[in-house]
Amino acid sequence: MPARLSILIAEDNAADRMLLSTIISRQGHRSLTASNGLEAVALFEQERPQLVLMDALMPVMDGFEAARRIKQMAGEELVPIIFLTSLTEGEALVRCLEAGGDDFLAKPYNRVILEAKINAMDRLRRLQDTVLQQRDLIAQHNEYLLNEQRVAKAVFDKVAHSGCLAAPNIRYLQSPYALFNGDLLLAAFKPSGGMHVLLGDFTGHGLPAAIGAMPLAEVFYGMTAKGYSLTEILREINAKLKRILPLGVFCCATLLNISFQRRVVEVWNGGLPDGYLLRASGGERVPLVSRHLPLGILDAAAFNDHYEVFPLELGDRIFLLSDGVLEACNQQGELFGEKRLHRVFTANRQPALLFAEIQQALLSFRGELQDDVSLVEVSMVEEGSLSRGPLTFTGSGQHSPLDWSASFEFRGETLRHFNPLPFLLQLLIEVEGLRPQGGAIYSVLAELYSNALEHGVLGLDSSLKCNAEGFAEYYQQRSARLAQLREGYVRFHLQLLSESGGGRLIIRVEDSGSGFDGQAILEQQLRIDRLCGRGLALIRQLSERCTWPVDGQGVSVEFSWLAGA
Amino acid sequence: MAITSLPSPDGQELTIVIQGRFDFGAHQEFRDAYERVNLSPKRYVVDLKGTTYLDSSALGMLLLLRDHAGGDHAQIRLLNCNPDVRKILAISNFEQLFQIT
Repeated sequence: MPARLSILIAEDNAADRMLLSTIISRQGHRSLTASNGLEAVALFEQERPQLVLMDALMPVMDGFEAARRIKQMAGEELVPIIFLTSLTEGEALVRCLEAGGDDFLAKPYNRVILEAKINAMDRLRRLQDTVLQQRDLIAQHNEYLLNEQRVAKAVFDKVAHSGCLAAPNIRYLQSPYALFNGDLLLAAFKPSGGMHVLLGDFTGHGLPAAIGAMPLAEVFYGMTAKGYSLTEILREINAKLKRILPLGVFCCATLLNISFQRRVVEVWNGGLPDGYLLRASGGERVPLVSRHLPLGILDAAAFNDHYEVFPLELGDRIFLLSDGVLEACNQQGELFGEKRLHRVFTANRQPALLFAEIQQALLSFRGELQDDVSLVEVSMVEEGSLSRGPLTFTGSGQHSPLDWSASFEFRGETLRHFNPLPFLLQLLIEVEGLRPQGGAIYSVLAELYSNALEHGVLGLDSSLKCNAEGFAEYYQQRSARLAQLREGYVRFHLQLLSESGGGRLIIRVEDSGSGFDGQAILEQQLRIDRLCGRGLALIRQLSERCTWPVDGQGVSVEFSWLAGA
Repeated sequence: MAITSLPSPDGQELTIVIQGRFDFGAHQEFRDAYERVNLSPKRYVVDLKGTTYLDSSALGMLLLLRDHAGGDHAQIRLLNCNPDVRKILAISNFEQLFQIT
């Protein structure tokens, strides 16, 4: 049963008007009547009927003009107009439709046909109504969603930008809504200098892809600031994502640990396309290949944190990209692929233009811009050229301890699995006066520890690192010997003394090795190739005093501070 | 995009055939292919012969199938991967979780 409509009848012939009005009322509709176009327009404006029966030829204003005005007033709403006409030639009927008419009814009127046409027009009218309602609803939902994304992005930007993406040796390109296509780029200075950089790509798109980014960023920044190593951070991120993400959602990622002082980069790639180490001299491109499953898939026991180590020289660049580049698709369904990327690399002359050239290549390949591309490039520079903020501490604000000593001995089993540095650093920066030197202290602790572990406990020969093959060999031996370590120890003796106007920290490190000839090492290091250790020189440079006994058993370093300095 | 599933005569193995793009759009259909069969096969075969493309959502769906099929004990073979598909599986190191032939 059709709804009751209000129907406007515009007809100059009084008898016809009466007849139509009667038919319509009998069908249960309400009728409004006008005797010319002008009256019809006025009545429409006043009463807003849902359907109009319009005579074509009327005095004062004809049906064509009236139809045009009524359609204009109706706007998006469909108010069907059925022309009543004795005109028969095609041209006149076409004029009716052009003026906005939806149908016509020939005189003399047939009651049954009129009823059928009113019903048909009512169906159309309601269809249009539904479409408009749904359109508005979709627009409203979309607006709502965009707003949520804006808020989420603002929150996320605060988290993500606490890092050091603005450092002068980092160049990156990310679409403004990269977060919502699942891409994530993080970079942070380590307490020891150097940086961690992570490029991640979550499965899927939209909010589900963005949701894992937050905990990942928190773990990355929090643990980096506390001095945790690449493998510890990887394990924590993997475990956390595995725990919180639904099955089937995971994060492809490459994590870099760059040490500017030691001039090495550690690379772990799980599921991202090959990155590249672009050599400054010789133009070699060393691929940084995905060797692992993405983060968030394996449980802790099965997770593989094995990373590769590459020596770096000044001006070397590390280039990472997300799969948006390689999987860009043209109209023929071809993928952009690695070959085309390599052509761009080969043609590149000015490093600063590389990103623009990649984008240009994508543009001419696809014919339109690609908006889910993430690129990052980190250069090997002198540590001193990077200005980094002071270490951030989450101190309790209580008075700090000033006169104490402590000794720790880390033995074989522990050395295999545990990194004592964050633990020691947290302990030392409880001392307020030491905080401004936190970075230097951490660097010195790290150097002392790796010297004690690698040369003392594991008995590795650092002269191995004098060329690239030996360099790789060195790190292979390191993991192999560490994995089999049962005995041996590294001892830290920490002593804190109160001095007039400040205080002093003395760190002594001993190991189970056979000692070393410090003077010889220092002299040797001036001569041999720069791939191998600058450890001892660095320690001397960063600490106030650095001494070792003649037998080379144990190194002592000192830091002091003035209160209020 | 069309996904069909075909149990072996003895009901021990279920073959899922994927035509066209294997991406998020296939989510429901792919799940139905192994959830809506009234048998519990021991082995699964995902035939990718007609699969032109596979994205990271598809990798996620494969992990869901793996979980359904018994997690670490699942026996799933991925068959007939074209070079593009094989490349994507290789980058993600999925050969550690699936038998790719």
